[in-house]
Amino acid sequence: MKKAKMNAGQNGSKQKDDTLKSEDVNTPLNVLAEPPRTQMLNRLWEFQMAKGYISESDISTLAREYDLSVIEVEGVVSFYHFFHRTPAGKFTIYLNNSMTSELKGFRRMLEAFERETGASVGSVDPTGTFGLFLTPCIGLCDQEPAALINFYPFTNLNTLKIRSVITKLKKGVPVSQICDQPDSHIRYTTKKNEGIFFREFKPGDALNKLSRMGPDGIIDVMRDSKLAGRGGAFYPTWMKWQAAAEEENKPRFVLCNADEGEPGTFKDRVLMSEVPETMIEGMIACGYTIGAEFGLIYLRGEYRWLKEKIDKTLDLYREKGFLGRHCGGISDFHFDIRVQMGAGSYVCGEETAMIESLEGNRGEPRTKWFFPVQKGYLQKPTVVNNVETFCAAARIIQIGVKEYNKYGLPKSPGTKLISVSGDCNLPGLYEIEWGMTLKELCDLCEADDPWYIQESGPSGTVLGLEDMNRPIAMFGDMFTQHIRCGGAITIFNKRRDIIQILMNYANFYKSESCGICTPCRAGNFIIQRKLEHLQNGLADADDLEDLKKWSFLIRTTSRCGLGKTANNSLVIALDKFADYFKDHIAPSDKGLNRKFNLEAATHEYESYKD
Amino acid sequence: MAKHVNITIDGRSFLVDEGKNLVDVARENGIFIPSLCYFDHIEPPLGTCRTCTCKINGKFGPACTEKVSEGLTVEVNTEELKDSRKALVEMMFAEGNHICPSCEKSGNCDLQHMGYELGISHSRFPHLFKDRVIDYNSQRMVMEHNRCIKCLRCVVEVFTDDGKRVFNYQSRGHETYVGLDYEQEARLTHEQAVNAMNICPTGAIIVRGESISKPFGDRKFDLTSRREDFDEKPKSTKKPGKKTPKVIGTVSLAGCFGCHMSLLDIDTELLDIVKLVSFNKSPLTDFKEFTTRCDIGIIEGGCCNDENVETLRKFRENCDVLVSVGECAIWGGLPSMRNMIPLGECLEEAFLNCVTNETGSNVVPYDVDLPKLLDRVYACSEIVKIDYNIPGCPPDAQHIWKAVKNILWGEEFSVLYSEFKYD
Ligand SMILES: Cc1cc2nc3c(=O)[nH]c(=O)nc-3n(C[C@H](O)[C@H](O)[C@H](O)COP(=O)(O)O)c2cc1C
Ligand code: SF4
Ligand code: SF4
Ligand code: SF4
Ligand code: FES
Repeated sequence: MKKAKMNAGQNGSKQKDDTLKSEDVNTPLNVLAEPPRTQMLNRLWEFQMAKGYISESDISTLAREYDLSVIEVEGVVSFYHFFHRTPAGKFTIYLNNSMTSELKGFRRMLEAFERETGASVGSVDPTGTFGLFLTPCIGLCDQEPAALINFYPFTNLNTLKIRSVITKLKKGVPVSQICDQPDSHIRYTTKKNEGIFFREFKPGDALNKLSRMGPDGIIDVMRDSKLAGRGGAFYPTWMKWQAAAEEENKPRFVLCNADEGEPGTFKDRVLMSEVPETMIEGMIACGYTIGAEFGLIYLRGEYRWLKEKIDKTLDLYREKGFLGRHCGGISDFHFDIRVQMGAGSYVCGEETAMIESLEGNRGEPRTKWFFPVQKGYLQKPTVVNNVETFCAAARIIQIGVKEYNKYGLPKSPGTKLISVSGDCNLPGLYEIEWGMTLKELCDLCEADDPWYIQESGPSGTVLGLEDMNRPIAMFGDMFTQHIRCGGAITIFNKRRDIIQILMNYANFYKSESCGICTPCRAGNFIIQRKLEHLQNGLADADDLEDLKKWSFLIRTTSRCGLGKTANNSLVIALDKFADYFKDHIAPSDKGLNRKFNLEAATHEYESYKD
Repeated sequence: MAKHVNITIDGRSFLVDEGKNLVDVARENGIFIPSLCYFDHIEPPLGTCRTCTCKINGKFGPACTEKVSEGLTVEVNTEELKDSRKALVEMMFAEGNHICPSCEKSGNCDLQHMGYELGISHSRFPHLFKDRVIDYNSQRMVMEHNRCIKCLRCVVEVFTDDGKRVFNYQSRGHETYVGLDYEQEARLTHEQAVNAMNICPTGAIIVRGESISKPFGDRKFDLTSRREDFDEKPKSTKKPGKKTPKVIGTVSLAGCFGCHMSLLDIDTELLDIVKLVSFNKSPLTDFKEFTTRCDIGIIEGGCCNDENVETLRKFRENCDVLVSVGECAIWGGLPSMRNMIPLGECLEEAFLNCVTNETGSNVVPYDVDLPKLLDRVYACSEIVKIDYNIPGCPPDAQHIWKAVKNILWGEEFSVLYSEFKYD
């Protein structure tokens, strides 16, 4: 049989591999050829922003340009929920429906938007002025309820504010004039008065040290600092960089993961609005270390309002000669960066899905056939790191590993940024030293009667009162088991309904799964149905057991981290809050007759009674 | 020549060619790893179905994306893994809307075959009954979205002569489906189109006029079977002993009586059985009410109206053991074809828009004496606890009686492949 070999990962069309020849390495940076299809998302954004949707003829245009079939372009468009195939209104409103938003009055906000705009959720009002849609977590959990209007942020909403905003928009006031400037809410930066991430930084502070340290020196420093992936997986950064540096293939790429999709997390947002320079210099340092020429920042669509700031900073760097040919004055080092906007998809935060998305494909995670450091973007060696990882790398180079290691614990040096939200008086960003206990953090943020604490977002774990004295750390330092926090703590008090929380997460995973593997696509749908059953009081003890068993199945058989972690919280909550669930299940009649709502089931037929 | 490496599968060592795919290596050595999306000519492997999940060097992972290397240790046939793989195939049946008796691919279908191979009697997951629109837009092809398992094969393998994709995934999450490009499809040759239908492991891609090419008995999986009977012999809670007389109740709810017909289809053996069992409430006796407690209740059909629900509950109260017999009782079966469509649409299509309708008699029947229709057809296990499931449409008579005798008297039995494979 004919071998169907594919070059561009399984999702790419049959791309020809001649797009990146080795001589490209010596071409000037601005003409470094990324194949045309990598511009797919940008082109789609242009159409979307220009007229509020992507028309059939737009799709045909792109299909012609990239020599693809229409169905392939449609497949890409339909993957991202910020792309619309029908007009989405002159003003497109995205109200956040994450759990934190539910706590802060999501229902009332939705009603207010519907009332003021005349659009019902998921559609456009009859005049075509307002489109009203929902989207999960927009990274503003510290100032909920929040929404995006034409991708400008509106925070701390209330019904009166919504009325005034909509009235102004109707009068023709530009969105950019009335939107909010989200506050960074940096509430705390370690006891040793000066933290690490937000101290002073002048462009070049890290860059100027690179050539003196040399690639090996940088890897050594990264190793000594024990810096590990701040995207949540805590993979040692130096190992990734070294692996890429040792690859033979060229060119190589540095990819900054600024997709920050995990509900409840907003630390990267604050870093990018406060100190984008450190992110950029972290990327340059990585590029220098691994011998890359080009860096990409994959910025989530929800953070479009941050793009201008990042672009301006990049321009400043180019002006100063800190980006471009002979970057930072290093003779044989050329490096540049561009920002790529995502378009609404949580799974694109997964590194291989992100790479697919950058290549202009559907954001489906690849199989583990190759690692990105071997074959990543355009099948070339690629280092993917989180924003905070790059920022920390730049700081370690700036202040030296000795100074950096003074913070935190011996096995977990440094500080960690934690986004705190939910039921507390001081939601915002906390730069803690590794080793702080959960209780100390809860006290700092003035948590209100914490009862159920979601750590690292829905895909993380659930903590309760019994965990208050556990330290937050990267690697085990104490006899007590540490909490490895990826960057978010969401606090819920005793009045909150755990099933509602889990249901919110289940709905999230059900629609954010990329859909490529069975257990995650079908399994998360099944779990959501079962939770619905539980919410309606129809589940019994067997159903709770099923939830645990099925979650185990999904975790062990899914392709990527989304499926593997989607039901972590559910399983842990079922154990930790067993009594709560006992109160919420239906006692079945001697275990034989199930609770079945006959009235609900015949309700529709009853309407035919005259 | 390829280098040889030592690997261990389920504790046995093998010397194999380095870099070969684990699924192939296992198969060559007589170890069966289920797979639905692995095709040795596609590289990298698709890795979408996950039915090949094993434990590789102690970690769960799909065998089809693993190249063998020195020292590789694989667990394949532990109880846990066998159950996980089975669960994944069950999940596909629960996710799609697979009505095999009305499917063109039946007998030639990899999914159906895998169901038999793994001895699946029912899906542990509730069927989702998602409403999917069948795509008849193309002149030549029909996309039956209810049956697609999203294996990705058509997406990566079907191209026009100038290299354009004909199929591609659309949307994402639980809404994911395989879209067909009508323009490109029209440019395929007839052979290419038929090939697309044939490489699909299910009946999702149908070429009009070409779909039923082989008669019953000659289809791809009619004659192949990996083994005579199933390894798992049902255990009995009772010790085999003297056969005491027993009482049976039977009922047909939302079913076609086909399962009851099958029940009687054991010829003269029926006479032996009748000596040992008596039927109480049952259409066979026409007893309308229970007059005594039954040892076993045999249920045909699911619940489509309130009367079914009531009857089923009575059976639960009056029988020690309840057995769902046939697909309709197990998950809804053929009557559940309406589950994807709102009840109102079904009724109005049948009673109002119907061409044979007398004008002026435009009413949907509703009367206090009529059973009230439920919003969808429910599986019996959604209403009451069901103890056993006997699959089939209808199940083979031998299968039913072997199982019943096992339940009643603890008789050991094993079901032949030919008795289990019913389509
Ligand atoms: C479903 C899913 C979503 C993810 N989202 C993000 C994200 O938003 N930001 C991020 O930095 N990493 C995310 N990751 C982790 C990345 O795959 C990857 O591990 C990370 O970017 C590597 O960078 P690090 O080593 O610096 O953490 C996600 C992973 C999965 C499985
Ligand atoms: S686990 Fe979910 S998100 Fe990940 S590849 Fe599978 S379907 Fe896609
Ligand atoms: S595709 Fe296969 S499993 Fe599905 S209905 Fe058809 S024959 Fe049955
Ligand atoms: S249509 Fe068939 S070949 Fe294509 S993805 Fe679905 S099941 Fe696989
Ligand atoms: S055969 Fe391995 S994932 Fe499908």
